[in-house]
Amino acid sequence: MMLISIFDVAGPIMVGPSSSHTAGACKIGQIARALFNGTPTQADFYLYGSFATVYQGHATDKALLAGVMKFQTSDPRLPKAFEIAQKKGIKYKFIPLKINASEHHPNTVRIILKNKNRSISVVGSSIGGGKIKITFINDVPVDLEMIAGRFFSILIGHDSKPENVLHPLYGQLVDWDIPIHGKQTICAVRGKHRCLTALNIEDSYLTLSQVLMLEKLPGIEFVRSLTKLNK
Amino acid sequence: MRYQFKNCRELLELCEREKLPISQIAIRSEMELFNKKQPWVRNKMKLVRNTMWEAIQKGIKTTAKSKYGLVGDSAAKLYIGIKKSGHMLHSKTAIRAMAYAVATNEQNARMGRIVAFPTAGGSGVVPGVLFSTYEHMKSSKRRMLNALFTASAIGIAILKHGGTFSAAKGGCQAEVGVGTAMAAAGVTEMRGGTPAQCLNAAALALKNMLGLACDPISGLVEVPCVKRNAIGASIAIAASDMSMLGVKSFVPMDEVVEAMMNIAATMNESIRETALGGLATTPTGLRVREKMGLPKVPKKYLNKCKDCTGCG
Repeated sequence: MMLISIFDVAGPIMVGPSSSHTAGACKIGQIARALFNGTPTQADFYLYGSFATVYQGHATDKALLAGVMKFQTSDPRLPKAFEIAQKKGIKYKFIPLKINASEHHPNTVRIILKNKNRSISVVGSSIGGGKIKITFINDVPVDLEMIAGRFFSILIGHDSKPENVLHPLYGQLVDWDIPIHGKQTICAVRGKHRCLTALNIEDSYLTLSQVLMLEKLPGIEFVRSLTKLNK
Repeated sequence: MRYQFKNCRELLELCEREKLPISQIAIRSEMELFNKKQPWVRNKMKLVRNTMWEAIQKGIKTTAKSKYGLVGDSAAKLYIGIKKSGHMLHSKTAIRAMAYAVATNEQNARMGRIVAFPTAGGSGVVPGVLFSTYEHMKSSKRRMLNALFTASAIGIAILKHGGTFSAAKGGCQAEVGVGTAMAAAGVTEMRGGTPAQCLNAAALALKNMLGLACDPISGLVEVPCVKRNAIGASIAIAASDMSMLGVKSFVPMDEVVEAMMNIAATMNESIRETALGGLATTPTGLRVREKMGLPKVPKKYLNKCKDCTGCG
């Protein structure tokens, strides 16, 4: 069982009305955006289970879109997400699918973000109290658990030898005084060996130049910082 | 790890061994787990406290309806009631606690900013009870903060003992019910109760919320969630009073949590946040559903009462 912080009980600080349908949805949106690493022009949301049936009442749609625009779960602009997205030129679409349309958790969404160069698909579930789980990234099965408003995470894509590749990265983080509170690596064989590691760096902060520096390390494909999203 | 606990019994033993109140154990446990200094933990909780207070202040001043118009004007009505508390049966503190609890939850329904404590649906009870008692006792801000830590410690003990905060898993007893237990413990410590009295108050409170179904109309966190927070606040105060007067819960807190999970396991899915049973499928509930244009409730969830001739 994972560590339980006081602030898992006393939190997250969020815009209502539902911790799993609003705060959790927002966090899934944030992660999709961080993985996409740019402003999308098109955002499609496929909703499963109770996300599909009650998404309007719980503002799940606004929260997802707000997450994609990098808003925090407590951002007062969240209720106006649609207007803001229109201003930013992000087209969005919500496609509710039938209950039991998949074997996913009841609160699940598939987010597909696109611009003219690339696209990404992220499947995430909101598993209660603002906790979320990312189950697929570009159809590669992963298992990342995160908590809305708690962990400041970074995601790292790299080739198949986590020990060799990540060691210099950890060294670099230690040099910057960034403590690592938890790590998780998932490897998938798909064409070539690819792995994804998530690090939890509680309350610490990576600047853009630090992210770029980490990306230059050998064997690292990309580094995505979710820190700004949480601040 | 010196300050870790797996359930309420261990929490109590820890308090007795270290001769510390529950709040201090909670703070130290957090410091130990995340390797932080005390001010860091306190400051984070101050942010929680301030957010709660903002939500209450906004909530009692407005009568704006929620998006679907089911709730929105109760907090202001209750708040006026404080001035007429001479004609009320409840004490001024209890009525204020209810007003604050409703204010928080109505803010939640209006998409305002709140703290999910333990979840958004049950977010009103803890701030309602604690802030009202804080005003009544004119106690220090530090004490208020400590009460929040005590409440969180109960939440952690419930989670670690196999409990849940998810209404989809355990019904409303896991949201407003747990919130009530946490508030009862927090307020008991604020009043100077011993750790044993705090846990006893939590047990008394949770026992009275057991079996509560999660049956929100149209799946919205509005009816009955908002007013359940008010009654939850009242129960928390009653439980705290009983505990301070020496009334003991016959069943200890850990076993009450086990009972909660037992009940959760036998709960039908129609009353676990699916809006397919309970109040959600009453004629009133169905009317709202139709107005909102939601898909119809499948037939198998309707007309379950024996000898039913159809409603209305």
